[in-house]
Amino acid sequence: MNSTILRTGSRVLLPLFLIASVLILLRGHNEPGGGFIGGLMAVIAVALHAIAAGPEAARAALRVEPLTIAGIGLLCAVAAGFWGIAAGGDFLTGVWPLLTTTPEGDKAGLPVGSVLLFDTGVYLTVLGAVSAILFALEDAVYAEGDD
Amino acid sequence: MPRVLTFLPAVLSALAALWFLGFASPVADGETLTWSRVWIEGLGIEVAFLIDGLALTFALMVTGIGALIFLYTAVYFKGHAKLPRLLVLLSLFAVSMLGLVLADDAITLFVFWELTTITSFLLVGFDHEKADARGKALQALIVTGLGGLALLAGLILLGFEAGTFRLSEINAMGGLTTAALYVPIVVLVLLGAFTKSAQFPFHFWLPGAMAAPTPVSAYLHSATMVKAGVYLVARLSPALGGTDLWIWSLTLFGAVTMIWASVLALKQIDLKLMLAYTTVMGLGALMMFLGGESRYATAAAATFLVVHALYKAALFLTVGLIDKGTGTRDVTRLGGLARAMPITMMIASIAALSMAGFPPLIGFIGKELKYEGALAVATEPLLVATAALLANAMMVACAGLVAVAPFWGKRGDTPKTPGDVSVWLWIGPAVLAALGLWFGLMPDTLARVVVNPVVDSIAPGTKDVELKLWHGINVPFLLSLATFALGIVLYRGRAEIRAALNRPGFGGMPAADVFEALLAAFKRFAAWTARTVQGGRMSVYLRVAFAMLALLVWGAHLVSPAETLPPPGQVALIPLAVTGLILAAGFVVLVTNSRLYGLTALGIVGAAIALIFVFFSAIDVAITQLLVEMLVVIILAVALVKLPAMPFQRHFRAGDALIATALGIGVAFVVAAVLTRPFDARITEFYEAASLPDAFGRNVVNVILVDFRALDTLGEVAVVLVAAIAAVAALTAGRKSRRGEGGE
Repeated sequence: MNSTILRTGSRVLLPLFLIASVLILLRGHNEPGGGFIGGLMAVIAVALHAIAAGPEAARAALRVEPLTIAGIGLLCAVAAGFWGIAAGGDFLTGVWPLLTTTPEGDKAGLPVGSVLLFDTGVYLTVLGAVSAILFALEDAVYAEGDD
Repeated sequence: MPRVLTFLPAVLSALAALWFLGFASPVADGETLTWSRVWIEGLGIEVAFLIDGLALTFALMVTGIGALIFLYTAVYFKGHAKLPRLLVLLSLFAVSMLGLVLADDAITLFVFWELTTITSFLLVGFDHEKADARGKALQALIVTGLGGLALLAGLILLGFEAGTFRLSEINAMGGLTTAALYVPIVVLVLLGAFTKSAQFPFHFWLPGAMAAPTPVSAYLHSATMVKAGVYLVARLSPALGGTDLWIWSLTLFGAVTMIWASVLALKQIDLKLMLAYTTVMGLGALMMFLGGESRYATAAAATFLVVHALYKAALFLTVGLIDKGTGTRDVTRLGGLARAMPITMMIASIAALSMAGFPPLIGFIGKELKYEGALAVATEPLLVATAALLANAMMVACAGLVAVAPFWGKRGDTPKTPGDVSVWLWIGPAVLAALGLWFGLMPDTLARVVVNPVVDSIAPGTKDVELKLWHGINVPFLLSLATFALGIVLYRGRAEIRAALNRPGFGGMPAADVFEALLAAFKRFAAWTARTVQGGRMSVYLRVAFAMLALLVWGAHLVSPAETLPPPGQVALIPLAVTGLILAAGFVVLVTNSRLYGLTALGIVGAAIALIFVFFSAIDVAITQLLVEMLVVIILAVALVKLPAMPFQRHFRAGDALIATALGIGVAFVVAAVLTRPFDARITEFYEAASLPDAFGRNVVNVILVDFRALDTLGEVAVVLVAAIAAVAALTAGRKSRRGEGGE
């Protein structure tokens, strides 16, 4: 699609969307959001860029092959599972290495650990997988295309 | 593989045989040995083994004959690239067969039963480059595999009816013949036994299995595996036997199999195929005598079991020697080999004399016992005796075809110049044939170690059966004389008989043809289903999926209808308006002629559903719904460019309308019905209470997704990735990848 307005706008919107998607990923534990929603948000940013500047430009912006991103995401999720085993629990048991127990028996510190790694994995898988489908579809359309 | 290793299976098998021989004395004194270990506790299933007379006899056959056959195989296929594979498969089979005959738990028995089916499949299809071998292997697998399924069902019913899966306990309890499920149990168990032991009308797979290498045929399809059905019938006859159903099924199927297989055997010109049919005949005879219900009939079966295994394995191996020595197994091309292959001739003659039932071989005693048993059977002594007489006479003729025709008379025209083979090849069949002679001269050993213990396992009683060469001139002896006379007449007229049997239109393999026709029909049905359900068009897939869903939903309604519908509650104005929006947008989708309008209207439906989620405070679900909706619109918009314009005139599709209406109303009913049930909030309360203290998150939905039920999410994420890979593969198929041009 050849639209100057869209192209110019997407250049500003793309980083904003991506930042928002990461924010949604991070806030998900306490507020609406999470890896799945964040990943979808990122895909929409990529899709917008692909429409505005063409799939090649969107691919270049991602820098990494989308299916590779998805694969890394799945690896992250699996790694989070094994982290749980390594910490002495079952597969996928949550581990929060930055938490400490206060003398009163409460927990203090930053609740960041295997669960966030898992959610990041979900985020990357959704981002990579849906982007891959989108690019492949656009390739298929434009390859035979008369654009 | 070092050559010496190829003899390892033979050595191990021989050692096992000696070990089992050690049990002979205690078992003959009436002891049984058991061993068991709990396997699946909740279901009462054990790995249980038992050694009694029946099990020991089979174990000795499996290991003893096995040792000789392994030796033969190692020499027969010396230097063959696939010899290690053959030996490994044969050893696996031997272990499976051993497990089968020693099992004292119905499920243990079934597992080993299936293992023999699978190893047999691999062995029949050993020459897997040949389409014929593959086809025959598959045929054997399908027939015996279907029988195995029936057997599994039968054994499970038996276990439920008896309250235990221990075969020895089931046999000891009695009274099963009056149980409610007795008839289905017998039918299913006999289906398993008849398919495995190649009884009419399932007999056709066994000659087909001759596609296997000769040692395999000798071992599996003659001496051991095909007797598994016989073993099963013998093992279960204390529990299931004694009724008219049991006796008549075994007698009739056994007799028909015996006669029909003998006739077909006379028809063959390939010696190996002929032996295969005589094996089917032997199996029929065993079944028939097991249905005899007297100790004499059972003793006839037990004796013939051993007799048959000895002479048949020996003859199969001899045919292998003839094949190796001359390059052919065609009986019409063989002749006058006695001078060139004297040792083979000797072995073949002794084994064949046993098969024909001449004194002083064990075969003679076996045949006398058969007549004695036939006259003692519970149902129809005359029918059984006549059938046995006819079949035995044809066996005499077949024995002549194997042991006389190839070795005497005019020198045949063979591909290779005949000559005897190495000692290691003929030692196996020689030992088997010699055993037949030895048992004939010393029948008391066989009676004490094998026959009476087996009879005690099957038909308990006190009077021991005596095996004697000379009984005096009595009815069985006269029948024997008649057998020889008739057999010799048949042998002399062999060419005419074969010509008559091979007349076009006679016999053939109707059972195999029926099987192939059924299989072809099944394949056509499968193809039709695939074409109909997996039509390759999106509209077909959707139609099938939604129609099935509608059926399910309505089925649930009709099976357990909701008692009451919830009272109509107050619905606020805004949700009502949103619902109206959904309806209006849906209507646009239905009637529009523009894909763009349709797409936009679908987007509105999705967004409005997201709004409804918001009304019920499901913010996460709403956000997800909205984002997915946006993506769907984007992706469809990309595809839209390439889609052809909508047909101008859209016709009304009544079938689709019906499916849509049925599904919509059905789902509405389900939702309404669900609301009438009291809501169980325990799970919700648990998550709400545990989310923050245990998982340090206040968003319960997300905590469930990434922590409490993270394994589910992991599975879903994996599915997303797999779906993406599949979609990319489908979209780039047949097209040059554009990755190289753009990207990095």
